[in-house]
Amino acid sequence: MKRTLLWLLFVGGACFVFACERRGGPGAGGSSGEIVVGYYGDLTGRTSNFGQSTKKGVEMAADELNKAGGINGRQIRILSEDDEGRPEKAATVVTKLIDQDRVIALLGEVASGNSLAAAPKAQAAHVPMISPSSTNPAVTQVGDYIFRVCFIDPFQGEVMAKFAANTLKAKKAAIMLDFNSPYSRGLTEFFEASFTRLGGQIVNKQSYTQGDRDYKGQLTAIRSTSPDVIYVPGYYGEVGVIAKQAQQLDIRVPLLGGDGWDATQLWDLGGNALNGDFISNHYSVDDPSPAIQKFVVDYRARYGTVPDALAALGYDAMRVLADSINRAGTTEGPKLRDAIAQTKNFVGVTGTINIDSQRNAVKPAVVLKLMDRKYVYQETIYPEGMGPTTSASPASTSGSPTMAADGTANSADNTNKSANP
Amino acid sequence: MDTFVQQLINGLTIGAIYALIALGYTMVYGILRLINFAHGDVYMVGAFVGYYLSFSLGYAAGPSLLGLSIVLVSSMIVCALVGMAIERFAYRPIRKYARMATLITAIGVSLLIENLFVARLGAAPRAFPQLLQEQSYTLFGNAAISKSQILIFGVSVLLMLLLQWIIFKTKVGTAMRAVSFNLNSAKLMGINTDAIISFTFALGSALAAAGGVLTAQYNPQIDPLMGIITGLKAFVAAVLGGIGNVPGAVLGGLLIGIAETFVVGYGQIVGVPTTFRDAVAFAILILVLLFRPTGLLGSTVQEKV
Repeated sequence: MKRTLLWLLFVGGACFVFACERRGGPGAGGSSGEIVVGYYGDLTGRTSNFGQSTKKGVEMAADELNKAGGINGRQIRILSEDDEGRPEKAATVVTKLIDQDRVIALLGEVASGNSLAAAPKAQAAHVPMISPSSTNPAVTQVGDYIFRVCFIDPFQGEVMAKFAANTLKAKKAAIMLDFNSPYSRGLTEFFEASFTRLGGQIVNKQSYTQGDRDYKGQLTAIRSTSPDVIYVPGYYGEVGVIAKQAQQLDIRVPLLGGDGWDATQLWDLGGNALNGDFISNHYSVDDPSPAIQKFVVDYRARYGTVPDALAALGYDAMRVLADSINRAGTTEGPKLRDAIAQTKNFVGVTGTINIDSQRNAVKPAVVLKLMDRKYVYQETIYPEGMGPTTSASPASTSGSPTMAADGTANSADNTNKSANP
Repeated sequence: MDTFVQQLINGLTIGAIYALIALGYTMVYGILRLINFAHGDVYMVGAFVGYYLSFSLGYAAGPSLLGLSIVLVSSMIVCALVGMAIERFAYRPIRKYARMATLITAIGVSLLIENLFVARLGAAPRAFPQLLQEQSYTLFGNAAISKSQILIFGVSVLLMLLLQWIIFKTKVGTAMRAVSFNLNSAKLMGINTDAIISFTFALGSALAAAGGVLTAQYNPQIDPLMGIITGLKAFVAAVLGGIGNVPGAVLGGLLIGIAETFVVGYGQIVGVPTTFRDAVAFAILILVLLFRPTGLLGSTVQEKV
C-alpha cells in the first residue's frame, strides 16, 4: 500500500513537472520570439490521408515563409496533434494546443464533423481557427473566430448538380450518403435541391455509416431504379469500396462525388472501378497557372508525390494566416481575427481567396474526371456573381459568367461509363 | 425479381463469411463451454497476415490465382498457430478455475490483440491488394455475381465440407466429439484432451483467417478493429444456429447475412432505416434467447447435477 502511494506520488509529481515545463514553453505569446501555430488533423485514423496531406501543405508553407525570413523576423513553428479522426479527440487536442502549448492560431480540420467539435474550444479561448477544407456551412457559424479558405457545401453540391444536369444531361440521380457525417448530409441536401431545381429527379436515396463492410444491399436497391448518375458524397475510405462493389454489381453509370474523395488510398481501394467517375474539387494539378505549377513542382520535390487538394488548401491556409499576422502586426487574438476577416484578393494555389462576411472563402470549383489514378480536368464552375475574369485560375478559357465549360477538354466519351447508356 | 435474387446473393456472400467465423465460436464452445471473444480478432489477424504476405511474397503487384491460394493457405496456417498460442497461454492456465474467469480473459485477449495492432500499425484502414481479377457474370435478368463472390461461396463450402469430414470421419474428429461430450471421461479413456482442445482452436482460427482473406477480396478495406462487429455478428449467428452445433453455425451465419442485407435492401419500404443493419443481428439475438435459447438446431441438454 505504502509502495503504491509512493508510486502515485512519483508519477503525479513527474506529470506536474512535465506540465509546468510545457506551460512556460515556447508558445508564450507576445510580439517577439517564435510564432507557434497549432495544427490538428487525423494522422492515424480512418481519414488519415486527409490529415497527412494537409499537414504536409501546412509545413511546406511554414518552411518557405521561414526561409524567406519569417513574419516580421519571427520564425513560425507548427505544433501538430493527431485527433485520429474522432470528433471528441479533436476537441481534446485543440484544448491541449490552446491551454498547454499556447498557440496563437489553429489550422484544421478537414472533416467538418471534427472541425465542428473543435471550433467551440477555439471560439471560447478567442484563438482564431482557419479550417483548410471543412466545407459544411455550420463550421464557421460557430463563432467569429472561425474561418475557412475553401468554398462551402451549398456551392459544392450545386456544382455537381449543375454538372450532372447540364454537362452529363442526367435526368435521374440516386444518392448514397454517409449517414453520420455532417459533410455528407450537407452535400446531399444541397445537391438534391439544385438537381431538382434544374429539372432532374432523385429516384433513390440510400445511406451507410463509416466502417460498414458491405454496400451491396444499398447499391442493388439503387440499381433497380436505374439512375443516370449516383451521387456519393462520402470520404475516400468508404467510397473506394462502394465503387468497387458497384462494379461487381455491374453498375455502369458514373458515380459523382466531392472533395472527400481526393486521397491516394481511394485508388488503392477502388482501382479501375473508379474510372469514369467525376468529383468536384478545389483545384486541378493540371492547371497551367504558374502559381499552381510552381507549387506542384516544389511539393513533388519535397515529398515525392503529387499534391492533392487538401495539401494545397493546407498550404493556402498557412499562407493566409501568415499574411494576416503580417497585416495585424501582432498575434493577439482579436486583432488577428480582424486581419483574417479582412483578407481580400489573396492569390492562393486554390484560387483567389476573399473572406466574406460569413468568414467563408468565395472561390470557384473544378470538376475532375477520374481515370487511371489521375484526375482529368473537366470544367470550372463559378459561384453566382463571380466570373472567370475575377479568378486567378486561367485553366478555363471561355464560358458564361456562372459556368465556364471547357468544351475541348476530355469529355465523357472515352469512358466505359456514360450518363445516358 | 432480379433485385430480390441479387439481394439474396449479396446476403449469402456476407453470410458465408459470418458462417466461417461462427464455426470457430461454436466448436470452441462445444468443447470448452467457453465463448472465445478473441475469435473475431483472429479473423482480423488473418486479413492482416494476408495483407503482409501478399506484399512480402510479391503477389500484390497483380492478380493471380496462385498468389491468392498461397496467401490464403499461409494466412490460415499462421492464424492456426495464433489460435493455439492464445489457448495455450491465455486459457489453459486458468481452465481449472471458474468459467467466468476464462470468459473475462477472452475479452481481455480480444482487447489486447486489437490494441497491439492499433499501437503497432495505427488505426488507419489499409487497402488489401487485389489478388483476384475482378469480373462479374450475369445470372439472369440483371442479377450479377462477381468472381470474388463465387470465390467466397466456393471456398466456404469447401472448408465446411472439409470440417464436416474431419469431425465425423477422422480419429481426431472422433476425439473432438468425445471431448465435447464429456471432457473428464474422454481423458479417462486416454484421449490427450489438451492436444484436442489445441487442435480445435487451430481449426477454428484457420477458418476465421480464411474469412479474413476472403472478405478482403470483397471489401479491400482492412483495419485493426474490423473484427469487433463482424465477430459479434458471427457470435450471434452461432447462437442463432444453436451454439455448439456445427451445421447450426452455418445456417445461422447465412440467415444473419440475408437478414442484414434485406434490412438494407427493403427496410426503407417499411420504414426501417438502412443504418439499422447492425441492430438487426442483435435484435435476432434477443429474440432467440427469449423464445428458443437452444437456437434453431440446438438440442436441450440436461445439466448434470
